[in-house]
Formats: sequence, C-alpha cells, structure tokens
Amino acid sequence: MLVAELKPTEEILGYLRPGERVFILSCNGCVASVGAGGEKAIADLRAVFSQNGHAVTGSLLAPFACNKALVGLRLLREEPALSQAHVLFVAACGVGVQAVAQVVDKAVYPATNTVTYGAFQGLWPGEERCQRCGQCLLAYTGGICPLTTCAKGLLHGPCGGSHEGECEVEKGRPCGWQKIYDRLSKIGRLDLLHQCRTPHDRKAHLEVPGTRRRSTLWDLERLED
Amino acid sequence: MNLRERLSRGEFVITCEAGPPKGTDVGPALEEADRLGRYVHAFNVTDLQSSVLRMSSCALCTLLKARGHEPILQVTCRDRNRLALQADLLGAWALGIENVLALTGDHPVLGDHPGAWPVFDLDSVQLVAAIRELNRGRDLAGNELQGHPDFLVGAVVNATAKPLEPHLAKMRLKAQLGVGFFQTQTVYDPQAYLEFVRKVEGLGVPILVGVIPLKSAKMARFMNENIAGVHVPEPIIQELEAAKTKEDREKRSVDICARIVRAVKPYAHGIHLMPMGWDFLVPQILDQAGI
Ligand code: SF4
Ligand code: SF4
Repeated sequence: MLVAELKPTEEILGYLRPGERVFILSCNGCVASVGAGGEKAIADLRAVFSQNGHAVTGSLLAPFACNKALVGLRLLREEPALSQAHVLFVAACGVGVQAVAQVVDKAVYPATNTVTYGAFQGLWPGEERCQRCGQCLLAYTGGICPLTTCAKGLLHGPCGGSHEGECEVEKGRPCGWQKIYDRLSKIGRLDLLHQCRTPHDRKAHLEVPGTRRRSTLWDLERLED
Repeated sequence: MNLRERLSRGEFVITCEAGPPKGTDVGPALEEADRLGRYVHAFNVTDLQSSVLRMSSCALCTLLKARGHEPILQVTCRDRNRLALQADLLGAWALGIENVLALTGDHPVLGDHPGAWPVFDLDSVQLVAAIRELNRGRDLAGNELQGHPDFLVGAVVNATAKPLEPHLAKMRLKAQLGVGFFQTQTVYDPQAYLEFVRKVEGLGVPILVGVIPLKSAKMARFMNENIAGVHVPEPIIQELEAAKTKEDREKRSVDICARIVRAVKPYAHGIHLMPMGWDFLVPQILDQAGI
C-alpha cells in the first residue's frame, strides 16, 4: 500500500518564482487512493496556484506516472499547454516525479511527499529510485533523487570520491551528484546549488500518519486480516 | 602561536597527517609526531581513514596535545548521526582540541568493515553548519548550550577533480558558512591546481595543498585505481618507474614532491603533508621546496 501526501502549500509556492506559469500532472494510480493524486490533487493544486498569482496552463491525469514510456507519450499530446508553462508540478510518488522529470526538459517539482510504498516500486523498473523519505527533495535536485542515486544520500553536491562522473563506491556506477549537476545545468537551475538545506527529517518516513491510513484499500486489507 | 593565528597572519602553514593505530599501541604515532614536531605547525588526525577501523581521532588528538603538539580533529559524517557528532565535538573542545576538519568520509564498502551501516545523516556542508551553530552557543535543534566551543573549522575540496564545477559549487557553500581554511586532496598536477585557484580566488579562504610522497610507480598506480579522488599523471609514474635502487626511489620521490610544492607555493597558504610512513623524508622535502 503506497502512501503519499500533498506537500504543505507554503513549500509548494516556495519553489516558484514570481509569475511563473505551471502545468499540473496528477497520477491516477496509487496516490489517487490516498487523496494525493487523481482529480482531487488537480483541483487542490489549481486552487493553490490561481489564488497565488500563478496561471495554470493545463493539467493531465496520467494512469500511472511511474510508467515512463506511457507518461512520455501522453505528455506529447499536451505540448501546447506544456510549452506555455515554466514548470511542472507532479502529484505522484517519488518514482512518478522522477519519470516525468526524465521526459521533460523543464523544472519538474514534486507536489507530494512519499511516505511508504508497502514494497511497490513503481512501473519504471531498473533500479530503486525512491526511498519514500517523506520529505521529497526532487524540487532542488532537478527531479533526480539524491537519496537513491548518491551512494551516501548527500544533499549538497558530490563528495571527493566523484571522478569523471563515476561514484567511488563501484566502477561503472554513475555518480548521482554528477547526474543532478548536469540536469540542473540543462534546465538552467544551477542556482539551486547555492542554498544550504536543513538536515533531512529522518523520522518522516518511519511512521505512516494515522490520517493517511484511513483509505478504502487500507481498511479492506485490515478487514481481510 | 596557534594555527588560527598563523592563518590570520598569512603565514605559510605546514600541517601533517597523523594516523591513529589499529589497536591500542599509540607509541609509534606519538614518536613520529615528536620527530616531525619541529617541522610542522599542526597534526591533522584522521577519522577511520578509507573506512578502515582504527583508534578514534579524538583519542590521538588528546594524546598529541598532551605532548605539546597542536591537533586538528578530522570528523567525518560516515559513522555518527547528528546527535553523536555534536556530542563528540563538545567533548573534543573540553579536551582542549581547537581545530576541526569536517569531511564527508569514504563509503564503508571501501574499508575493512564493508557491511557497516553508512550513516551520512548530515553531509559535510551540514556538518560545517552544525559546528558553526555550536560555536555560536546553540545545538542543531536550536537549544542553548551551557558553555560553547570556538572551533577553527576547515573543509576539504578535491582541487583537481574532473569535472571540477560540481565540487566548486559545494566549496562555495562551505565558504559561505565561514570555514577558516580549505585543505585539498593531494595534488600531482600543479597546472590543474592553478586553474582551480583562478576559479576560487574570490572566496578569500586560505588553501592548504595536499601532498603525498609517492613511494613507487606501483603505489601511484594503486592510488589511481583505489583511492577516491586521486590522480597521478603518467609522466610522474614513469619517472618513478625509472628508479633502480631504494635510494634512487626516495630521491625521486623527494624531487617530485618538492617540485610540486615549489610550483603551487605562490598560490597556496600552506601545505598538508601525508607522509604515509615516509615521515623521514619530510625534512628533505621541505628543504628542497625552499620552505
Ligand atoms: S526525495 Fe527521493 S526518497 Fe524522498 S520522496 Fe523524493 S524521490 Fe522519494
Ligand atoms: S561519488 Fe557521487 S554518488 Fe558516489 S557517494 Fe560521492 S557524491 Fe554520492
């Protein structure tokens, strides 16, 4: 059972520069069942942006945002609205946000914090991309998770062991921070590396908040138990 | 005069690495420090270097201090969460340790306990920020401290990393947080170092250049393969390879080191020596480098 929740409004607005236009992509998969995706997230986010001076150029309800190929195809059809937007907000789990970031050459921001997966790793297989840390950082790292792509989960750039794009831990393993740097450079947001981040809140993923547990699927499972 | 004063006066500073023993036998480390004490200003004590288990840095720092040497405590993010890091730093200050070098730390898989949990609760930027808070009399949670340290904080940078830009971004953050000096990973390519200096001149933070004497071509190749962030250029390896006797190897090793130090000296505020057991060469290296 995947659990995610919408980020606090102040944090979402904090990512934006004045007047930036946004496109909203909401996942209709797992997150929809806990109210952090689906039509509800689109409505919630629309209200937040329009009340705060950010025009919404369009939105898309994607069946499973973590299916990178499918979400890429669906976004092609949205090209007119997408090209009008400065940034994308994605209401999906950490894998979904990263899948969208990989198919769009714009800043892609998470609208959610992923708290737990209950073992489900998304439809973009290959590697573990999200550790459900409950404090999604993808807005600062170009949509590439620093906790899973960096062997040490560092938050402010590469360690001394990063050399020619390779991680010190293993030959052939790409350095996550080199990837993040290249991506931020590509979307013109290297300025994000000039800010200090407060220490990560490690408890955020340890306990699923009680309010998030009251979903139909969760209750069904409990009944079956 | 202590390290902080030397740096603020713009003196050319010489620090030397000291490695705690694998075990409790501290004799050799202390004797080495006693032999080198008159050539160097401070001893920089490693914190489980390369993730290999050794005695704690703080213990050797305290013993060095008791013998009249000035220690620099290396602190990595690898083994302790934010609580343990702060606790150990407060304790170190109470034991008379005034200098800290804050670094990320190698990943445990590179060491002799590869299954150890890689902590990295904070990263090196956040560790520097935490020390700054302690210096100001507050812990990371914002609580007030009864009595607080006033550490001189150093940080590391790999000056010849490729590509360099991602490392520079992180270095700038550390400079913003007010570090008192930077120490570089060992430099074997003075030209690359000069290019680095040109890019960071504006930061206004003193830089100590890392120097490791190469014992052999084999060691150079080993470092290229196995030591994170070190690169020895091929011509230097060939120079060492041409040595026939042990004496010749030592002479070439001194030559190479002295040559690099002379080349970088006008663009550095000091050097950090890592003799790796060849401490007997240190006086010769300094002499030949004209320090
Ligand atoms: S920062 Fe990484 S681990 Fe945390 S929620 Fe986002 S993708 Fe998942
Ligand atoms: S080399 Fe890169 S990915 Fe590996 S631990 Fe260092 S910063 Fe992280």
